[in-house]
Amino acid sequence: MKTWILAGAAAILALTAPGAAFADKTKVTIYTALENDQLGPFKQSIEAAVPDAEVAWVRDSTGVITARFLAEKDNPRADMVVGLAASSLLMFEKAGMLEAYKPAGVDQLKEIFRDPKEPYAWTGMDAFLGAICFNTAEAGGAAAPASWKDLLKPEFKGKIVMPHPASSGTGYLMVAGWLQSMGEEEGWRFMDGLHDNIAAYLHSGSAPCVQAARGERVIGLALDMRGAAEKTKGAPIEVILPKEGVGWEMEASAIVKGTKNLDVTKKIADWVATKDANALFSKTYAIVAYPGVANIPANYPAGAEQAMIKNDLSWMADNRERVLAEWSKRYESKAAPKK
Amino acid sequence: MSELATSAPATASAMRFRRAGLGEAQVAGALIAVVCLVLILIIALPLWTLLSKSVQNVDGQFVGLANFAAYARSPTLVASLVNSVMVAGLATAIVIPLAFVYAYALTRSRMPLKGLFAAAALLPIFAPSLMAALALIYVFGNQGILKSWMMGASLYGPIGIVVAEALYSFPHALLILTTALSLSDGRLREAADALGTTRRRIFWSITLPGARYGLVSAAFVVFTLVITDFGVPKVIGGQFDVLATDAYRQVVGQQNFPMGAVVGLVLLIPAVAAFFVDRRAQKRQTALLSARATPYFPKRDRQRDWSLFAFVALVGTAIVATYGVAVWGSFVRYWPYNLSLTLNNYDFASVEPTGWEGYVNSLKLAGLTAVIGTAFVFVGAYLIEKLTVFPRLRGFAHFLAMLPMAVPGLVLGLGYVFFFNASWNPLNVLYGTLVVMVINTVAHYYTVAHITALTSLKQIDREFEAVSASLKVPFWRTFSRVTAPICMPAILDIAVYLFVNAMTTVSAVIFLYGSSTKLASIAIVHMDEAGAVASAAAMGTVIMATAIGVKLLHVALNALVFGRLQRWRVR
Repeated sequence: MKTWILAGAAAILALTAPGAAFADKTKVTIYTALENDQLGPFKQSIEAAVPDAEVAWVRDSTGVITARFLAEKDNPRADMVVGLAASSLLMFEKAGMLEAYKPAGVDQLKEIFRDPKEPYAWTGMDAFLGAICFNTAEAGGAAAPASWKDLLKPEFKGKIVMPHPASSGTGYLMVAGWLQSMGEEEGWRFMDGLHDNIAAYLHSGSAPCVQAARGERVIGLALDMRGAAEKTKGAPIEVILPKEGVGWEMEASAIVKGTKNLDVTKKIADWVATKDANALFSKTYAIVAYPGVANIPANYPAGAEQAMIKNDLSWMADNRERVLAEWSKRYESKAAPKK
Repeated sequence: MSELATSAPATASAMRFRRAGLGEAQVAGALIAVVCLVLILIIALPLWTLLSKSVQNVDGQFVGLANFAAYARSPTLVASLVNSVMVAGLATAIVIPLAFVYAYALTRSRMPLKGLFAAAALLPIFAPSLMAALALIYVFGNQGILKSWMMGASLYGPIGIVVAEALYSFPHALLILTTALSLSDGRLREAADALGTTRRRIFWSITLPGARYGLVSAAFVVFTLVITDFGVPKVIGGQFDVLATDAYRQVVGQQNFPMGAVVGLVLLIPAVAAFFVDRRAQKRQTALLSARATPYFPKRDRQRDWSLFAFVALVGTAIVATYGVAVWGSFVRYWPYNLSLTLNNYDFASVEPTGWEGYVNSLKLAGLTAVIGTAFVFVGAYLIEKLTVFPRLRGFAHFLAMLPMAVPGLVLGLGYVFFFNASWNPLNVLYGTLVVMVINTVAHYYTVAHITALTSLKQIDREFEAVSASLKVPFWRTFSRVTAPICMPAILDIAVYLFVNAMTTVSAVIFLYGSSTKLASIAIVHMDEAGAVASAAAMGTVIMATAIGVKLLHVALNALVFGRLQRWRVR
């Protein structure tokens, strides 16, 4: 009788044990600049792929997260960074803040999405471009811009919004794109002219397009995918990739040096390089790291990969502080009321 | 502290009866010391950290006033200072006359529907300040329903900020002015009427001078409220920078803590000035009313009553309609191209990772703040007001309790970041938790709650304490058997006040939330930032409905339960 009870108890213990193991998950704090609506699905997929992880996002715009991460240099509060601009991660790598780890399966990814330098520290996830969202219903007969230079036309005065490059990754990739493709001098001259037509610099990479989509503004310079999504929801907009080509940036992930949860973060880093993970990225990004995974969303402009300019990510990282300081000197001190 | 001085004569007689022994006095001393320590911890130390941060560089070395010099040299920051003062000045200049006439109509006329319009004007109190800005975007934005009224001017910038702040601060001014106007001596009016004084002369020589301290006090309150508000300029400011958004950008955006501290201290100046002006004004205001003053009962006057009614109806309807449009907008599928109604915007998870969780967090914060805050504030006020031992210590505790009045939420929030996130502070484990936000919210709204408790305690005769002492009943039994039950309505007032403010506050907690403790009001900021205006308005609507619901419950409870229990108060 006694042994029977003992056996039963043992069986119950054995059955519940895996459950108990699930219960003690490791909380992994991940800094990210992913769009708000992506965080839920990303958390679900990570936790499904790495059952002992519990993801806690700390989300803000690229500039804010970058500044915060650098400020916490002595006492990092993040275990990982996932979905932050590669140019920011390059800065972290230089500051010695990233753990060297090469995730399993990284070699299958497109070359450009891999950290070219040893020791290997970050892995690219997807690329995003800076596009023009043009509201055809509110344009008042003005022709859709086909070139960046068209944005300088007087009929667009006070009708354009773009992301603030110091806070938004999309904003910085556009500024860096213009400077690289037009050359520094010509690039700044273009932005001087553009500034005269800008109604406001917003603090997120999607908000400019959302505002254009709602007719609150006529033109929003923004993240490519947001344009496609708003058009699908019924907004009267066109998503335009100007003929000179567009700047782009890559989102990447890395493990933070000094994390207490190295084992779990390594598993998450491995997940980032899998085909499944890339299939998830491709739901919100047209261009992802894993070759052959593609899911061009409805209303996404054609020829995006061809429109990407020759972009030097390490130039973007090395010159980030200088470019932003110059930008702020030119456009922020006189950014007061412009009507 | 004047209230402590008046209690001195009673003290002597009470002392004679106090034979309960050292035990009771020691307990009392220990309790008062605990109140002082807690207040130092939650108010004084964070402010001190803020001050010291402003004279350090980024690496924590002492640099004297170098940060202030750098601030004065930076054209962007100085421009923000000018902008802030201008916007706050304009909003005050608009709100005060409007609120004065509104209050005049409510107190000095026989217009109909007074209760309804008094309630209508209070609506903005139940929503975060951002809601006013979101509402204006729906009404006067580039796709707003009354866009043509803007005559081509842009809402984004000073115009939008001033109008939204005026809406938001209107009830605050109205409450002060209504009190000021109802505290007047009716005999003056009667004498003037008997002498055949013209109405205009009565207004300029009796009404206005009688309310002048209320006007000064209201003006300062509105000015401070506007200059330290973060939500409105964040939503509707466009490229128009103000101090509050600067402080946020320095601290959150650029992690430049010393410069954030400097901006915080600049914001402290008008608030501290307002605090002292208000104290002086209140002293004079009470001196104006003698014991023989009689309340004024306005006579019927068709022309005056109906013209005031027209004004009140216009302003009251404008307030309700503006907020109403935001509520409607939160149900619209795709403004302005598809106006069909939907509940989609209330599915917060699609635009904001925390979804409805933010609302749950807000409820938790508000509930905990109301329970813990009310208990602490009321017990503290009792110890300060009703005990007779340790007068110095009680005076000090009272001073600490009055301090938060002079500290805007944004500044207190900054102080908390520096104090609770410091590596040397053993309490830094609390950073980012709900606990620290509860502490912050209690501290933020401490003074008004404290004054409410004191006022109600003062209405109870000191004889209760004296008799208890003579019967050798310790003060804690008097407190739980007599004082607390009598003060139940005031205790409930404090709880509702703390609850509503905890639901709607943004400026302090925006620096303090963590990954799992984001609040509904902060979610509004983030949804608006991402362009999801409709969902931001939806969350604002949810907060507003909750706060109004709690207030209605409070009103009903007062009428049904306390109305009967407190009938003894009416002679």
